[in-house]
Amino acid sequence: MSQESTATPRMTAEDLLGILRTCAGVADDIVLDDKALDTDFGSLGYDSIALLEVTANLERTFHVDLDDDAIKASDTPRDVISMINSR
Amino acid sequence: MNTSVIVTGFGVTAPNGLGTRDYWSATLAGRSGIDRVSRFDAGRYPSRLAGEVSGFAAADHLPSRLLPQTDHMTRLALVAAELALADANVSPGDADSYGMGVVTASSAGGFEFGQRELQNLWRHGSRHVSAYQSFAWFYAVNTGQISIRHGMRGPSGVVVTDQAGGLDTVAQARRLIRKGTDLVLAGGVDGSICPWGWVAQMAGGRLSRCDDPGRAYLPFDARAAGHVPGEGGAILVLEDAEAAARRGAGPGYGEIAGYGTAFDPRPGSGGAPALPRAMELAVRDAGLSPGDIDVVFADGAAVPALDRIEADAITAMFGAGRVPVTVPKTMTGRLYAGGAALDLATALLCLRDGVIPPTINVTPEAAYGLDLVTRRPRTAPVRTALIVARGEGGFNSAMVVRRPDDE
Repeated sequence: MSQESTATPRMTAEDLLGILRTCAGVADDIVLDDKALDTDFGSLGYDSIALLEVTANLERTFHVDLDDDAIKASDTPRDVISMINSR
Repeated sequence: MNTSVIVTGFGVTAPNGLGTRDYWSATLAGRSGIDRVSRFDAGRYPSRLAGEVSGFAAADHLPSRLLPQTDHMTRLALVAAELALADANVSPGDADSYGMGVVTASSAGGFEFGQRELQNLWRHGSRHVSAYQSFAWFYAVNTGQISIRHGMRGPSGVVVTDQAGGLDTVAQARRLIRKGTDLVLAGGVDGSICPWGWVAQMAGGRLSRCDDPGRAYLPFDARAAGHVPGEGGAILVLEDAEAAARRGAGPGYGEIAGYGTAFDPRPGSGGAPALPRAMELAVRDAGLSPGDIDVVFADGAAVPALDRIEADAITAMFGAGRVPVTVPKTMTGRLYAGGAALDLATALLCLRDGVIPPTINVTPEAAYGLDLVTRRPRTAPVRTALIVARGEGGFNSAMVVRRPDDE
């Protein structure tokens, strides 16, 4: 698989929230803003398939290899940002 | 005495109208939804017309959470189900979630979604395939999504019998209600207007190759040469009449009075077509005789040999020219698993208003001996309707609906 760039960009909160919106949408009663960064994915309304979809998008966007269960429903968006940026 | 099962609401997504009011006014006006395919470039395909639900913006109707995980036809089905529940004044959250089921018909599943993900697989690799491909293409997906969205956890299922499916799901819903489930959503919304779906339909050999929307789908016409495919359908709310009365629902649109189904003999075996048997079973199941039927909503294959079988079945049962016959799907194209469900909803509107919608564009071939309602709607006292549906592969189903006040 070809990659356009080998440099790994740093992920911002806005990057992740954008990916969540695109890959899995937003539940009716949720506001996906900075306050959501410390709320776990389960409480934000994302199920395991939604998180799998988000994981695949992160791999493609940030050129990282992640296990299918790298993101759990008990994780928060901030957990994911630090996981990606620590690689 | 079997439990009486009634239709207390329905939702329509049709090529000539989104929602019952728009659909019914277009249908009575003879307004067609058939036009050039717009959803992909069909210019180099031999068939280039379709009945598309135009002006449907999914984001206006559904939460964003559902958009990445749904095929176009599932979005239409979710909207139809929501309209149906609202029409019946049912909020599933209020009731016992195990007392409400969902049964939908399907012919193919989410082909447009599936095509896109297969293209992602072969062009870009497995990491580019949506995780939602795990269910979004699947033929049972509409039942699952409707069930999850509305918290309806009662007996559920999916029926795959092509165009007969819309009636077969309602029959299955009636069985479930007679076994004790209070309410079942049934019907079908279908569509696969994408290159992958298109070539699969072309392989069936029944698609019209005509480019003129006014001449492409002409059942019971000497010029009949196949059908135009469409998308959409209807979802109906079926209830035990007594349970509906207990919750204060009105009499509903009508009763599912009779149903019959029969499978064709193996091709080439010389056996007689099974369609007449399905129609006889339905009328008998309703406790009626043919003279009691006020209108027939025909399958209308627009393949001469199939039109002949259906016309013969109708004239054998009723006598030549003795019952009004109509094919409102001349305005939508054939909607596969959605087709007969939409015909059923249309028949219920016909009972409600005492007006038979027309068959458009068709000049009836006199040799068929049918009293086809053409050009404009016909006002008539309609107490009962017989809906006929055939699915490719030998499926034949028929259903009788009766006005609520007609015992």
